[in-house]
Amino acid sequence: MKQNGLGHWIGFVAILVWCLLPIAWILSLSFKPVAETTSGSPQFLPRTWTLQNYKDVLANDDFQRALLNSAGIAAIATVLAVIFATLAAYAIARLEFRGKRFVLSIALAIAMFPVVSLVGPLFDLWRTFGLFNTWPGLIIPYMSFTLPLAIWTLSAFFREIPWEMEQAAQVDGATSWQAFRKVIVPLAAPGVFTAAILTFFFAWNEFVLAISLTSTTDARTVPAQLSFFVGSDQFNPPYSQLATASVVVTVPIVVLVLLFQRKIVAGLTSGAVKG
Amino acid sequence: MAMASIEMKNIVKKYGDGFPAVNDVSIDVADGEFMILVGPSGCGKSTLLRMIVGLEDITSGDMIVGGKRVNDLAPRDRNLSMVFQNYALYPHLTVYENIAFPLRLAKLPDSEVDAKVRQASATLELDEHLQRKPANLSGGQRQRVAMGRAIVRDAEAFLFDEPLSNLDAKLRGQMRTEISRLQKRLGITTVYVTHDQTEAMTLGDRVAVMRRGVLQQLASPRELYDQPCNLFVAGFIGSPPMNFLPATVDGDHVTLPFGRFKIPQAKADQLQGTDLLIAGIRPEHLEDASLIDPSEATEETTFVAHVDVREWLGDSQYAYIPYEADAVVEKQLQELSRELDSDQLRTQLVASLDTASQIQEDQDARLFIFTEKMHFFDPATGENLTVGL
Repeated sequence: MKQNGLGHWIGFVAILVWCLLPIAWILSLSFKPVAETTSGSPQFLPRTWTLQNYKDVLANDDFQRALLNSAGIAAIATVLAVIFATLAAYAIARLEFRGKRFVLSIALAIAMFPVVSLVGPLFDLWRTFGLFNTWPGLIIPYMSFTLPLAIWTLSAFFREIPWEMEQAAQVDGATSWQAFRKVIVPLAAPGVFTAAILTFFFAWNEFVLAISLTSTTDARTVPAQLSFFVGSDQFNPPYSQLATASVVVTVPIVVLVLLFQRKIVAGLTSGAVKG
Repeated sequence: MAMASIEMKNIVKKYGDGFPAVNDVSIDVADGEFMILVGPSGCGKSTLLRMIVGLEDITSGDMIVGGKRVNDLAPRDRNLSMVFQNYALYPHLTVYENIAFPLRLAKLPDSEVDAKVRQASATLELDEHLQRKPANLSGGQRQRVAMGRAIVRDAEAFLFDEPLSNLDAKLRGQMRTEISRLQKRLGITTVYVTHDQTEAMTLGDRVAVMRRGVLQQLASPRELYDQPCNLFVAGFIGSPPMNFLPATVDGDHVTLPFGRFKIPQAKADQLQGTDLLIAGIRPEHLEDASLIDPSEATEETTFVAHVDVREWLGDSQYAYIPYEADAVVEKQLQELSRELDSDQLRTQLVASLDTASQIQEDQDARLFIFTEKMHFFDPATGENLTVGL
């Protein structure tokens, strides 16, 4: 280990630079005045630092509305997906019923289905049902695309929890629901948070459905809204504003990860049974 | 404390494939009694316990707790408390909350919960660990928390499912005494499942020996040891186990692979007209003949045999004497040893000798046999033909 110290560090730095350079570039862009980005001889750091881009972007009504849409749609999709996935995964992990394998296979098949191929049918379907350009119109597909992964993740977690936990709770006087809520769910918390984060990321970052199934800012989310930042003419895109919007939309994700990271504690079940 | 008797009447448990895991078992556990269910793995003892507590459906028969039929009640409505083999502590709760869990579910006021938890923790000497999480406790401490959770509420009975099998030998001995003391102090009806015959003998007021889902014998530890009803019970109870030898009886003499011995008249009378038998003699009923009064140690009570291994344990010593057994008996004995989860590679006689004995390894020795302590079993049915004689 000691011998490889230098090699390790070179490797770390290379990977960090590779991963973080684009982010640093976006950050630096977001602090440049528009004139600087169009001057033709760009430099890495801004010559004059400005917060004007942030003021402009945040003052943009359409962007504000898109942020609200993104947050609302992603949050609702996450909550619903996690609730359904928890119940479904519990049933799959704990109950013996006919067609269990079938349910799991179908879930996997849905996860493998290319999203793009569903855009057309969904577009027609949603227009017929009046779901086009509405929140539910995005929440429903987001939920169905993230459910399989959430179910698989959670059922793996539930399977890890010893049966006896639940039986002990029942002997202690708990109903099945109480045993589930007070013992099983807290123990599966790392799994629940993992599933929640994955779902939230998907809904927050999704572009294809967001651009195809919306037509106004009524339901358009940030990734889709970003494509409408065209500036005064199409040959001079407002790079700095785009970068600023990207930063603004990334911050919640970073905060979320930092927040949940503390919750995702591995080995929570250790000590439940013999050591 | 609420207390209750447990009556099991013709309990049957059949699984999907029709195999009866528990077959027509009837056991009455008296109020305050310490009952042991013992047997090798797969004998149905744990299944029976789980049927008492309600974690396993009862195929047929009646389970009566405190005079009330509980067959169709959910576990939470039976008011029994159970200690699981793996303890099943809630890892996300502190020791305090683990013990308080059943009280919280019963929606007791906080002050009452606190009083009861403190009382239980004092009883089990867990006071200094109340705010810790189970993951940070030792095996013995976890075991005590599991017991705390069981005694904290006024359950009608305690059920233990092999509670000591995950502890090391030394701790197991301590906890065994602890459980015994606790049960005597609380005086609460207890059903305790174990595969360990030492636990069965030391803890139980009465012991139910099970084999392949069938109750073999239900008796006090002493009676099980002295008067086993069949070959299985005889082989299961006692360590080292009872020696089994092919035997034929004519008149008041029995012929064993080591010679011809005189047996008490009562036993001889009982065994007239029998063919090949299996004789059972416990290791402590064999002794170095030189330590026996010469008037007792005659030609008809002693034999010379080759001791190939001797084990000296300080308080006793074991001598091992291999022998060739009759094919029929050997087959029966091998089947028995397989059922008892032991791998007996050869037929051998084990003698537990007095530590004063000077018998050496790899030498011939003269041994004395207490023929009045000998049991005789039917090789076909395994039945003890000389119970009470």
